[in-house]
Amino acid sequence: MRTSFWKPENLASRTAGGGSRRRVGRLALVTALSVAVGVGVAACGSSSSDSGGPINLVAYSTPETVYDKQLIPAFQKTSEGDGAKFSTSFGPSGDQSRAVAAGQPADVVHLSIEPDMQNLVDAGLVDSNWDQNQYHGIVQDSVVVFVVRKGNPKNIQTWDDLIKPGVEVVTPNVFSSGGAKWNILAAYGAQIEEGKSPTQALAFLKSLLEHAVAQPGSAGDALTTFTSGKGDVLLSYESDAIEAQRAGEDVEYVIPDDTILIETPAATTTDASTQAQDFLKFLWTPQAQQLWADGGYRPVNKSVLDKNKDKFPDPPGLFTVNDPSIGGWEKANTDFFDPTNGSVAKIEENLGVSTG
Amino acid sequence: MTPVAPGARAEAPPRPVAWPRLGGAALGRGLVTAYLSLIVLIPIAALVAQSIDGGLDGFWTAVTSPLAVSALKLTLISSAIVVAVNVVMGTAIAWVLVRDNFPGKAIVNSVIDLPFALPTIVAGITLLALYGTNSPVGIDIAFTRVGIVVALLFVTLPFVVRAVQPVLLELDQEMEEAAASLGAGPLTTFRRIIFPNLAPAILAGAALAFARAIGEFGSVLLISGNLPKTQVASLFIYAQIQSGNDTGAAAVSVTLLLIALVVLLVIGRLTHWTLRHDR
Repeated sequence: MRTSFWKPENLASRTAGGGSRRRVGRLALVTALSVAVGVGVAACGSSSSDSGGPINLVAYSTPETVYDKQLIPAFQKTSEGDGAKFSTSFGPSGDQSRAVAAGQPADVVHLSIEPDMQNLVDAGLVDSNWDQNQYHGIVQDSVVVFVVRKGNPKNIQTWDDLIKPGVEVVTPNVFSSGGAKWNILAAYGAQIEEGKSPTQALAFLKSLLEHAVAQPGSAGDALTTFTSGKGDVLLSYESDAIEAQRAGEDVEYVIPDDTILIETPAATTTDASTQAQDFLKFLWTPQAQQLWADGGYRPVNKSVLDKNKDKFPDPPGLFTVNDPSIGGWEKANTDFFDPTNGSVAKIEENLGVSTG
Repeated sequence: MTPVAPGARAEAPPRPVAWPRLGGAALGRGLVTAYLSLIVLIPIAALVAQSIDGGLDGFWTAVTSPLAVSALKLTLISSAIVVAVNVVMGTAIAWVLVRDNFPGKAIVNSVIDLPFALPTIVAGITLLALYGTNSPVGIDIAFTRVGIVVALLFVTLPFVVRAVQPVLLELDQEMEEAAASLGAGPLTTFRRIIFPNLAPAILAGAALAFARAIGEFGSVLLISGNLPKTQVASLFIYAQIQSGNDTGAAAVSVTLLLIALVVLLVIGRLTHWTLRHDR
């Protein structure tokens, strides 16, 4: 589906074809060839997976600490993980997915939204039945929460509190940050849960975005913006909120009654080594699930989750992206987040035009 | 920078002496062509190819979408303001650095280049902390268009200063003295003697500052707030890439490049004119 930004094959032939001036032409040809060879080598490099090499873990930004400090050392102590070396890369989910699709070596990928995984399935790098296990390929969960200032001075408890006069909201821009889509889906789905019609729910999204005083490019930028003093509420993942508190920020968080379950998928690539596959399996073991819980993420393993119930209370109106109110990622991406025709794009367009 | 046409060797200008014998000029040109191709031309050609991936219709739809238009407009207007401020303040700074003597001048002179060395995202965070909601100096311009202009002023500061400074150093003060002795006031001296001499350098600095400003990303990332009404073109393009709309992103980028090209050509023309006017 997606076309590459970089098309060396076409350009190389174009450059090589035009050389009537001999030396320059020859140089251009050499140049074009070396570009082609370089690309070829890079392509080969990414597809070969020697069993002795490190496990390339490519993941979205926030679980970096849990992986580096907890999960990887724990895996290396198991018999399967004995002597395993890791090469890790963390960054925005969409960027990571694109990088892997473009040839960045990857054995285990962990992304923040399912469409980023689908992107790799479409590229033939991840098997299409990656989600065929009892956890549907999801390694940990979180929920969308309201991060507020210490003491919750504006007493933000419900979604409706966010659109009260004078309340300033910070939420990452959904077009820059795939993970921010969870926030919008949470806001929309919560309205449906409360019995509103889809039209009313969209109207709510519009007022919510009108209350947005900043829409930073990523969850990290949004937290920086919020802790710099701007806004009364930050829409965020529960895991990020816990992390921010741990980092000593003067914030607390409120779990709204109706909110979405954030499910982050992980998979191995088609040419991953056995050890890499073992590492992925390890992420679902009770031991690793407890490490996720310690790191602020909701375990997908039911018994581990139950053990950590006091830390992760169940909101009464919890729903998932696959609930009928939203209808799954594919529908959500078309209906809400299509950059030209999605309803959120339309709302943003109106906000930009009315004041610009 | 038009590449030399094939077969143009015959009427080429007299060869500079520095080239070694063995067809050195052609080799040099070939090297330059290959280098420019690798570094600039091929990537830009790929970008243009990508931008028309959805046909010319797709290109047009992408660049005329309301958000794209508002982002492009905001970028150009803020960049124009930034260039105007830089032309005045940059020239003034260069003037003070060359013509004035004060303690700590050497330090000030080195400080000018710091915006180049600082990673722009750090510049953005610093500006946000200093001129944001919790501003220690009581100035809150974050998440406004003023904030964008300030961030761009920060990152483009050195261009005009560094372009004007060497010219000012070379400028013969006897000309000014002659003008003064012939009865010209300071204003006339500036208008008739100093400005015409500095104009090409100011324009060169302005061109660089403009080109830098329209593409700037890191420093405006945080301070703009990335709201629909404060989204500059680079952030809009980034959002399009993140949303999987590569073609739209490329189309807006190419539009930005075309605008930059036109502006640079106009500035080049102006420079030419000032040089002629000078004589």
